[in-house]
Amino acid sequence: MQPPAFALWIVGILSLLLAVLVLSILVGANPLSVQTVLDTLRGHGTTEANYVVWTQRVPRTVAGLMVGAALSVAGALVQSYTRNPLADTGLLGVNAGAAFFVAIGIIFFGITSPSGYVWLACLGALVLTAIVYTIGSAGGEAAGPVRLTMAGVALGAVFSGLTTGLALTHPDAFERMRSWSAGSLLERDFGVLVPIAPMLICGIAISAFVAPRLNSISLGADVARSQGVNISRTQALVLIAVTLLAGGATAIAGPLVFVGLVVPHIVRWGVGVDQGKIILGSLLFGPCLVLMADIVGRIAVLPSEMPVGVVTAFVGAPLLIALVRRANATGL
Amino acid sequence: MTPMKQVLAHGPSIAWFVIGPETGNILVHRRSALVAFIAAVVVLGLVLLALRLGDFPLTPLEVIDVFLGRGEALVRTVVLEWRLPRAVAAVVFGAALGVSGALFQTITRNPLASPDVMGLANGSYAGMIVTLVVLGGSWPMLVTGSLVGGLATATVIYLLALKDGLQGFRFIMVGIGISAMLASFNIWLLLRVDLDVALFASAWGAGTLNTITPATLIPTGLSIFVLFCLLPIVVAPLRQLSLGDDAAASTGAAVGPARLGAIVIAIGLVSAVTAVSGPIAFIALSAPQISRRLAGTAEVPLAATAVVGGLLLLTSDLLAQHVIPFSLPVGVVTLVLGGLYLVWLLVREARRTK
Repeated sequence: MQPPAFALWIVGILSLLLAVLVLSILVGANPLSVQTVLDTLRGHGTTEANYVVWTQRVPRTVAGLMVGAALSVAGALVQSYTRNPLADTGLLGVNAGAAFFVAIGIIFFGITSPSGYVWLACLGALVLTAIVYTIGSAGGEAAGPVRLTMAGVALGAVFSGLTTGLALTHPDAFERMRSWSAGSLLERDFGVLVPIAPMLICGIAISAFVAPRLNSISLGADVARSQGVNISRTQALVLIAVTLLAGGATAIAGPLVFVGLVVPHIVRWGVGVDQGKIILGSLLFGPCLVLMADIVGRIAVLPSEMPVGVVTAFVGAPLLIALVRRANATGL
Repeated sequence: MTPMKQVLAHGPSIAWFVIGPETGNILVHRRSALVAFIAAVVVLGLVLLALRLGDFPLTPLEVIDVFLGRGEALVRTVVLEWRLPRAVAAVVFGAALGVSGALFQTITRNPLASPDVMGLANGSYAGMIVTLVVLGGSWPMLVTGSLVGGLATATVIYLLALKDGLQGFRFIMVGIGISAMLASFNIWLLLRVDLDVALFASAWGAGTLNTITPATLIPTGLSIFVLFCLLPIVVAPLRQLSLGDDAAASTGAAVGPARLGAIVIAIGLVSAVTAVSGPIAFIALSAPQISRRLAGTAEVPLAATAVVGGLLLLTSDLLAQHVIPFSLPVGVVTLVLGGLYLVWLLVREARRTK
């Protein structure tokens, strides 16, 4: 099948995104009529409706939008840069670092609030990615992507081992870690979202900047150099972008590994191999996936909720499997 | 240039020697053989150490006496029934996991492709948790549940990936998809059960050798042995596979059957280990990478990987039992130890390239 024109794809994804955003405001475990929601948005709501719409649904919709966009763009960058279709946003140690710092915070500093976890997770992601980068980029740019992948895997293993060890020997921390590690958008208010937003915006701006350079690099280092691309600077920029995006997203929602893996694959099938198009497509399609999963999670097991991290896999994996079952499934 | 290409271009260089012709011209890489040999010697030493250490410490002589058929009844029980099964399990399971990872990485030509990310471990784990939560579960039931979970997952992945033959990339992507769903399902189940149940399940989920007895070791060990015996059939065509599917087919290798055979063996190895010890993470991923770096080859050396895998798990288990002051599942130690060692190898490699 010939892929439809790029513009058509973007219009399609945009309409899907719009539909999902509307649904995310309208649907919830706390049933409100469409009229009530509209009234509340115009500022004529009851106290209860105000609470449900303004302190629950709107922030978590914004959170889903931010997390989905950030993880998907980060995933597209990681897969393109490491030239490995199996790479996800956790590859550079973001999740392992975040989880380790959250565990340390709970056990040794008694931090137990989700807003406390945000900064621990953010710091952990930044610190571990810096270590991965230092080890992975030692020895020259030629060995870059492959060694970086292995350094990420190895350090990720060390820190997730330490985290598991800590959690298993501290039952109270284990109790808190198990809900954090499921990944959720519940109770992420604007006090958490606003400070993270600049990180994500920076990350997305850098991604847009490096996209054409990644296209050149995919033709080989020599071609890239002849086109005036500074490879080691591009490498550094990619890693900064991934760290900001994946670190910020993980800080908000906890580890949602699968989004960053699956969204670029789906988008790539639609828009082809141009990195700029893939990044734009991921930016728009990622929030669709996360918000759809979140909406399903709100109503799947009433009266309780299913964390978005649990549902994402069930929304994304069937799509991924259907895609690779098509003829001509290829790597990147 | 891969060693295979090197050999095709220049004939076997000094680094290679050929066993044959009666054994079928198996290329043996000298440095891989050396790595395998040294690792094997260390494994033997550590097994001896494992037999001595514990609440009832023994001298080397006492241990040797037991194997010569002498020694007190108590000492014999301690060595042969308590300590030997666990040490043997560590070596054999580590070897099985390492080989399984080597097969996956060779088939897919991707170092990230290990049974860990392929959903098999998550399938076994899901089977175990469901058995634990729904049926309450005695030990044999948990083992059965995990075996059924692992094999069912493998079957589903295989059926979904099968289309115009089995393609490496499609197989692994389907595996990752199934794995993600199972991992989410497991997290969801663990969120709903009591803390003690979740802790118990998580400890098993990290992989443990605490429950090894001769009764569980013997059937598992035998299945692993049988699978190892089948390896030579698939290994030769697999070497060609590392050149890429088309090149391999042009040399006359039966690519399809060899790949299917290798996948079946790899899945069998993981399932056998995971059923009794839980999903011991990271050996399947790291042992091939470690042995490849030690041997200095482009492809994963199978024999060296097996011994390195055994060494990694045995060392981790000794540390978990005798050095770490609190009780931790061996899988946690494996992650940290294997990860640190791989980091060290990477740093050393980087220094050399500079």
